[in-house]
Amino acid sequence: MQNPKSLETLVGLFVVIGIGALFFLGLNVSNLASYSDTDGYTITARFENSGGLKVRSPVSVAGVRIGRVTAIDFDNTSYESVVQMKIGAQYNTLPDDSSASIFTAGLLGEQYIGLQTGASEDYLTHNSELELTQSAIVLEEIIGQFLFSEKEN
Amino acid sequence: MITFLSTIGHSVIATLTKTGRGALFLKQTLSYTFSVLCQPRLISKQLFSVGVLTILIITISGLFVGMVLGLQGYYILSDFGAEETLGVMIAASLVRELGPVVSALLFAGRAGSSLTAEIGLMKATEQLSGMEMMAVDPIQRIVCPRFLAGCLSMPLLAAIFSMVGILGGQLVGVSLLGVDEGAFWSQMQSSIDFYDDILNGVIKSVVFGFVVTWISLFEGYDAIPTSEGVSRATTRTVVYSSFAILGMDFILTALMFGDI
Repeated sequence: MQNPKSLETLVGLFVVIGIGALFFLGLNVSNLASYSDTDGYTITARFENSGGLKVRSPVSVAGVRIGRVTAIDFDNTSYESVVQMKIGAQYNTLPDDSSASIFTAGLLGEQYIGLQTGASEDYLTHNSELELTQSAIVLEEIIGQFLFSEKEN
Repeated sequence: MITFLSTIGHSVIATLTKTGRGALFLKQTLSYTFSVLCQPRLISKQLFSVGVLTILIITISGLFVGMVLGLQGYYILSDFGAEETLGVMIAASLVRELGPVVSALLFAGRAGSSLTAEIGLMKATEQLSGMEMMAVDPIQRIVCPRFLAGCLSMPLLAAIFSMVGILGGQLVGVSLLGVDEGAFWSQMQSSIDFYDDILNGVIKSVVFGFVVTWISLFEGYDAIPTSEGVSRATTRTVVYSSFAILGMDFILTALMFGDI
């Protein structure tokens, strides 16, 4: 075999390539890079129906992603879905009368929260709650309503 | 009838005692872990023969597996007009299943068999007894460094396999078949979860590395010290390792991805 020096070099190269491959998988293939937005503030919103919204679904304003859903809970008294989302720290000038809606990306795509900015002078802060919300559009309900109204006509 | 029963009993007892010897062997090997870790030179030498020499077969197989996944996936997905999800399909199947499993099978064939043959031959030529005569424990000096090297190199090899496979899939999917490159990567990134998919794949490959190295070292150490015994032990290594990998893969997948 080779002399010990080049053997060690090859072993070192192997380990470096292996760890590099792990980094590649972590950063380029998976969503690890988007975990990095750790600092930010949490706001909540109550929805009548949060549909297919999932933890880690995006929160966007004007089509730009500014945060992620961090928790979805069920309120035992008001029977609503309580959605917590974390907004990036640099987006700290959202008016506190903004409204939240659940949209679907494309016809069958994943669901996300879209915020429509309001006109208030006060800004959303940590733990503030969005008052105006619009539930997810459930496709079956719309089809049902459509069929029902067709029948009446 | 009696002979039939005694044949069954004999094979059961033989299997049980062998399992017991294997467990004792593992316990002995693990008890030397720390003292061997203090001698990194021993491990790096084994990392070369176990890990570095396996890179080539891992890289080439990974490339071809990824390219085949790209082709097959494209033809199925294009029926549904969902070619953009090709990246997700390739990455998920590689990172979750094919990366750990196929590289462990290759590892068993390339490195495991050579470990068995090496140790079996050392036993047949009485090198191990010679070491014991010199008050050097062969498990500490020979077995444990190989064991650690196997456990260390398996996750690295599986990661290389997955990476090369994804790049191969990108080569076929994006460069050859014309899937949009941005969609290929961005859909992949939004669907593959670091903890659920990649970390579970790494855990799988560590488990496979542990099992394959254990089986191959034990088979070599336990081989009948003749040339026929060594050749049989090498065969058993590959067969048992493959069984163990595929069986463990089912159990691990059920534990990790099934909501049980």
